Amino acid sequence: MEGEVVLLDFWPSMFGMRTRIALAEKQIKYEYREEDLRNKSALLLQMNPVHKKIPVLIHNGKPICESLIQVQYIDEVWNDRAPLLPPNPYQRATARFWADFVDKKIYDLGGKLWRTKGEEQEAAKKELIECLKLLEGQLGDNPYFGGKDFGFLDVALVPFYCWFYTYEKFGRFSIEAECPKLIAWAKRCMQKESVAKSLADQEKIYDFVLHLKKALGIE
Amino acid sequence: MATSEVKLLGSWPSPYAMRPRIALNIKSVDYEYIDEKLWEGKSQLLFQSNPVYKKIPVLIHGHLKPICESLIIVQYIDEAWSSGPSILPSDPYERAVARFWAAYLDDKWFPAVKSIGVAKGEEEKKAAIAQVEQGLGLMEEAFGQCSKGKAFFGGDEIGYLDIAFGSFLGWLRVTERFNEMKLIDEANTPGLAHWADSFCSHAAVKDVMPDTDKLAEFGKMVIAKIKAAGAAAQRH
Repeated sequence: MEGEVVLLDFWPSMFGMRTRIALAEKQIKYEYREEDLRNKSALLLQMNPVHKKIPVLIHNGKPICESLIQVQYIDEVWNDRAPLLPPNPYQRATARFWADFVDKKIYDLGGKLWRTKGEEQEAAKKELIECLKLLEGQLGDNPYFGGKDFGFLDVALVPFYCWFYTYEKFGRFSIEAECPKLIAWAKRCMQKESVAKSLADQEKIYDFVLHLKKALGIE
Repeated sequence: MATSEVKLLGSWPSPYAMRPRIALNIKSVDYEYIDEKLWEGKSQLLFQSNPVYKKIPVLIHGHLKPICESLIIVQYIDEAWSSGPSILPSDPYERAVARFWAAYLDDKWFPAVKSIGVAKGEEEKKAAIAQVEQGLGLMEEAFGQCSKGKAFFGGDEIGYLDIAFGSFLGWLRVTERFNEMKLIDEANTPGLAHWADSFCSHAAVKDVMPDTDKLAEFGKMVIAKIKAAGAAAQRH
């Protein structure tokens, strides 16, 4: 079943982290290859010619692109352990809907917090808090979005936790103050080895963004 | 299953609303179709059923809470009515490929098609058309790989990627008509040209594919509204 598994990735990427977590949950051995996004490898360009983006999962030489598609692929191929999507079709649809919501909202809004200033930044902060509150509401009394067990939506969202520190510093606010249940959930996830080993250090992310801003000429 | 057990909120010109209808037809599921005239305003039912995005399509199945986002609905239909013909391929790699191209069409390709209609000036229009044509080149190649010589992306029968892509054919034809050009044709995209005919004449599709003339009339109205809104914004 295993074959050869390669992950083309970039250490601060929340999208790459999703795939790392899924591979770790399923205890799959794989080769991690760090990409320099200013100098993309021939392999990356060959394996993802349409978007030229990481992460790219390569299984027995065949590429799978887009993080949530990769997580579903991993769940379906290695279907004998640590299921990420539940068996019930309605619950699956719900998990997919909110994971898609994370994709549509969190990355861009979070990005605006460190890329912009003034009114634009304030508007992004307000909307980000609203979105996080909506997500927090989906937890209910459960330990995870997947219910009793860590699942697909947990995988989709938890990588953003290591970026919260950066969002908070630039946005001058506390996500924990706004969404305490969400932070409690994130800390619970961090107790899992698959998550702790896959997320980047939040201070390193902040440092990375500071350097990136300089490089991009953003004040 | 009783008709009122399954309700679908849609809008006849919407390619997204077509998708779950095709899926329900493939599974031979009876459903109540509720048409929203979005250009006249959104109904209370729509606001209640999709508070997050306030968009169609929305599937309401029995007592379950509504399901939103067309491709998520299609996957739900495939999984909930598992005894009917399969919509997603059975092989995980083929599923990943189908999902990839569906996401590409939604995120990149169809926005480029829409931008042709509202392009300001010839340069912008040419760039949009080039992007659409490039995408069709990719889809022609994908068709070769996925169909393996059969009629559809899904093989002998319509599948997930057929539904995702085919639902855009109405608007593609309207775009071709408005710009007096062919985007899918025998010369450049022979595979897609045959596929498009097969798709549109399929039993699960033909009654939910809007008539091109009607869609063109609707398209004129939408473009006029967008341009008027743009002009009004500029005046302020």
